[in-house]
Amino acid sequence: MKKIFKTENLCCANCAAKMENKIKKLHGVNDVGISIMTQKMFIDADDENFDAIVTKAADICKKIEKDFNMI
Amino acid sequence: MNEKQKNTLIRVAISAVLVALGYFIPVKGAMRLLYFIAAYAIIGWDVVLRAVENIKNLQPLDEAFLMTIATVGAFVIGEYAEGVAVMLFYQVGQIFESTAVEKSRKNIKELMDIMPEFANLEKDGKVIRVSPEQVPKGSVIVVKPGEKIPIDGLVIKGNSVLNTAALTGESVPLRVAEGSSVSSGCINTEGVIYVKTDRRFEDSTAAKILELVENSSLKKAKAENFITKFARYYTPIVVALAVFFAIVPSVITGNWSEWFSRALIFLVVSCPCALVISVPLSFFGAIGGASKRGILIKGGNYIEAVSKAEIMVFDKTGTLTEGKFSVSEIKPKNCDENELLSISAAVESFTNHPIASSIKEAYKNAYKKEPDTANIYDIEEKAGMGLAAKYKGKTVFVGNEKLMTKNGIDYSKSENYGTVAHVAYDGQYMGYIVISDNIKRNAEKAIKELKKAGVKRTVMLTGDNGRNAKYTADKIGIDEVHYSLLPENKVDITEKLINEKTGTLIYTGDGINDAPVISRADVGIAMGGIGSDAAIEAADIVIMDDNMEKIAEAINISKKAMRIVYENVVLAIGIKVMVLILGALGMANMWEGVFADVGVAIIAIFNACRMLSAGKKEA
Repeated sequence: MKKIFKTENLCCANCAAKMENKIKKLHGVNDVGISIMTQKMFIDADDENFDAIVTKAADICKKIEKDFNMI
Repeated sequence: MNEKQKNTLIRVAISAVLVALGYFIPVKGAMRLLYFIAAYAIIGWDVVLRAVENIKNLQPLDEAFLMTIATVGAFVIGEYAEGVAVMLFYQVGQIFESTAVEKSRKNIKELMDIMPEFANLEKDGKVIRVSPEQVPKGSVIVVKPGEKIPIDGLVIKGNSVLNTAALTGESVPLRVAEGSSVSSGCINTEGVIYVKTDRRFEDSTAAKILELVENSSLKKAKAENFITKFARYYTPIVVALAVFFAIVPSVITGNWSEWFSRALIFLVVSCPCALVISVPLSFFGAIGGASKRGILIKGGNYIEAVSKAEIMVFDKTGTLTEGKFSVSEIKPKNCDENELLSISAAVESFTNHPIASSIKEAYKNAYKKEPDTANIYDIEEKAGMGLAAKYKGKTVFVGNEKLMTKNGIDYSKSENYGTVAHVAYDGQYMGYIVISDNIKRNAEKAIKELKKAGVKRTVMLTGDNGRNAKYTADKIGIDEVHYSLLPENKVDITEKLINEKTGTLIYTGDGINDAPVISRADVGIAMGGIGSDAAIEAADIVIMDDNMEKIAEAINISKKAMRIVYENVVLAIGIKVMVLILGALGMANMWEGVFADVGVAIIAIFNACRMLSAGKKEA
């Protein structure tokens, strides 16, 4: 399943790259992309654990950028 | 500028004044230290806080952390003013950076000025203004002059002229009347029109284009991945070097403060953000600029690929030609033009073949009426040859050479390009009509521009016969022709070409029945995509009108984008490495370090912003 999320308060391109890297390593994630320019993030992951993966991804992002939010 | 940035700016001002005054105030010792700590706290408290938090989250080597260590380090070796100043510049740089990014975001949004803000929904005889998302499929909306069409649909009342510039990049006026289908994003310029929506807002052209452009930055180019990967190794390595410089030479030479301050320069230079932001910004600018010109590029990776265009493969019908058949020559023999056209149009009225339709069309245009079919009967379709019928009791044939030969009629051959319909009546040859698909008027120029843009080979694929194919290719200057092809042959040939190339193979088609080839090519371009969901879906690049010159424009925009990307990468890495070397040799100070970080970021951002003007013609 592939889903695109809007995000807010993503202000550092390097942080975005770090988030991408960490999320990519999560089990069940096929692909992930974060755009600093449009403040969007897409996650392509296995259907069964999709929601759990998204929650984990959001946690990872928050650790890197504390104001980060997924909408 | 937002609230947070304004606050930071005030803090910058206060702290800057304090630092400046610090040079003149003759306080010494602990008082002096406290004074600068105060100045530092004003400007740097949030950075230090973030650094502490990052350590808690096991995220060291973050910008905030590096800056904190570098500035606190400066305090430790007694360079109070420098410590505060580095933090000051870092904050100023951050403001610059976020303003520049925000500004370019806004610019791109403005470029994409197709998003309708409201729809006038007709409901129970009243017209109410609602947001486009609230309009159900099948509703009637009213579009007044000067308003944007919010949702795709069919005109059911009124007529007007639309400006399609926001979608296609060209302000060619489009006349619409009852029965015309209209795309959202166009601006109504003349009369009030009533549109029955045939889809919801989210599925309408305007919303789809915006979504496509916004999501395009998620597909990353190699250059983008390179730079983030580089940053991943760069920062730890530079930090390790800083630690090394702070310890090893200090132990050997005993000059701790000198080597410690050199190490601090390393820390300042080690921040990766300048590098990382400049590349996606350039790509996004290019995508925004191109979309303004009616060229939708679905990702940075395609910009990279298109900039190396080597082989251009075209579909003929509908791409190089207009895809509309029309009568191009009427050559009567033993009768006059009127007679030839009337009789063939009358016979062809009984079938729906594209050739037949164009003959009927020609008749209607010439006489402003339907063909007179009163005396035609006994229509018989001769498969693969044409038609036979009775006209005033005698046999008439309309069809190809085979039909004539089979019925023993002597015919003359046409030298012209196109499909020929021969006509015979009562055993006598009456002449022929040539029907052809017109070559697009700027096709030849477009091919020349492609060559100028660096394309080495142009190839045409068509299901049409050899004579028509060669004629078209010669006329517009295509290097190679493959004709009489079935759709699967097109894929085979494209694969063969892919094996022969070193650069990029681009396939351009109309996106209707060549989806397999479009997806097989390195980059697939669909043309004339207004309203055609299939084309927008299948292609990597969509050209919104059917102007072939836009392909060369897309290549040029991509080349410019790649040039800016490389400039930024070389500039950023180059200056950082240079300052690192100078710093190690003791020839650079904190100031150069700050420049290599923040200064370079700002230069790179300005450079990337040049891409936003890519939408202009000279790009």
